[in-house]
Amino acid sequence: MKDQILTILQDTRPESDFANSENFIAESLLDSFDMVVLIGELEEQFNISIDGADVVPENFVSVEAIIRLIDSSR
Amino acid sequence: MRLKFDNGKLSGLLLVLPGHEQSFLDDMKNFEFPESRSLKLMKVMGYDKHRLVKNDVCSSDLVIHGFRHLFSSTKLDKDSIDALIVVTQSPDYFMPSTSSVIQGELDLKRDMLCLDISQGCAGFIIGFIQALSLLSQDCIRRVALVNVDVMSRKVNPRDRNSYPLIGDAASIAIIDQSSGTEIWANLKMDGARREALMIPAGGMRLPSSPETAKVEDSGDGNFRSKDDLRMDGSAVFNFVQTEVPPLIADIMDFSKKSDSDIRAYAFHQPNKFMLEKLADKLGIAREKVPMDVVERFGNNSGVTIPTVLATNLSSNLLASQGLYCLAGFGVGLTWASMIMPIGPLEFCEQIDYP
Repeated sequence: MKDQILTILQDTRPESDFANSENFIAESLLDSFDMVVLIGELEEQFNISIDGADVVPENFVSVEAIIRLIDSSR
Repeated sequence: MRLKFDNGKLSGLLLVLPGHEQSFLDDMKNFEFPESRSLKLMKVMGYDKHRLVKNDVCSSDLVIHGFRHLFSSTKLDKDSIDALIVVTQSPDYFMPSTSSVIQGELDLKRDMLCLDISQGCAGFIIGFIQALSLLSQDCIRRVALVNVDVMSRKVNPRDRNSYPLIGDAASIAIIDQSSGTEIWANLKMDGARREALMIPAGGMRLPSSPETAKVEDSGDGNFRSKDDLRMDGSAVFNFVQTEVPPLIADIMDFSKKSDSDIRAYAFHQPNKFMLEKLADKLGIAREKVPMDVVERFGNNSGVTIPTVLATNLSSNLLASQGLYCLAGFGVGLTWASMIMPIGPLEFCEQIDYP
């Protein structure tokens, strides 16, 4: 799952180095509009529906945070 | 706060849209983002075209055009207007009020009330509540509720956060005294979160100056000045998703209505993505929530609810009465909803401002 998420992230922002980032939001690798695009991809590829209230920066700071979001959205 | 009325009804509605249409593909040329990223966003958010005023067109210009259409087509007798409420965040002047400008230009009677309200995306509900309050007076039998904004003049074209979704428009809603029409409303406000949607400069706190007009990189590739609208997209999204569902649940409880009683939901139109999430969270069919206003006209602030009524729902509103749930949410922060029967309206139409 981790590799799949990294691929989605790289497709969203090809110029960003997600693999070596500590915090995607703090390091400005993702902005709020990237989160929106990302949600569309995650919902499609993992067949989930992410609750609107979960669309907060804390859930997109790392691959681990995104995995937790996916798991809680199943 | 819960409010209940049974003294007024919506009789007619006119939507005025600028004739000039701009496409997102044209907007993209001003952004500092790769084209592929903007195109992905276009699909998810529902960006396509938006209606914008040209040059120096002001709020009152759209409204006066609308009233003249109603007068000349004999849909509205100008002497019947006892109160004019103008809800806007883009007034013609600091002073006088835009309602006074409109009254003067249209030569409306003097024995009337002119009132401006500074509100945005919840402005149709807030204005409607004010109109119903005024209609409790014997001498006020008809209120013209105007919602209008030309916010494109306060958004930087290089700000991809805000510019592609913004639209300009005006609406004129005629609200008449009427007994026996039950209307339920609720509203909440939170000024502690006021900076989520803000134009920092131009008021007395920070007057406009060459310094405030300087366009700067906001740090995320968007460019704007302190004279321009600034929106914290993430904060606004979270505000809508956390505050609006309980608001709708509360109005359902207050009115003792359920989803099966509601013909359609006329919600404020921030963007398609946000509305899809909201409909899902509320557990209502997406088909009952029109969500294409941003795609066709842009988010025109307090005019979005009238835009839904006058375009998506107009044929139903002209034909028969139904129960509708309206909700607005935005600047302030303010969130408000209303359940009321609407229809058959005397008029419900859309015209262009040349």
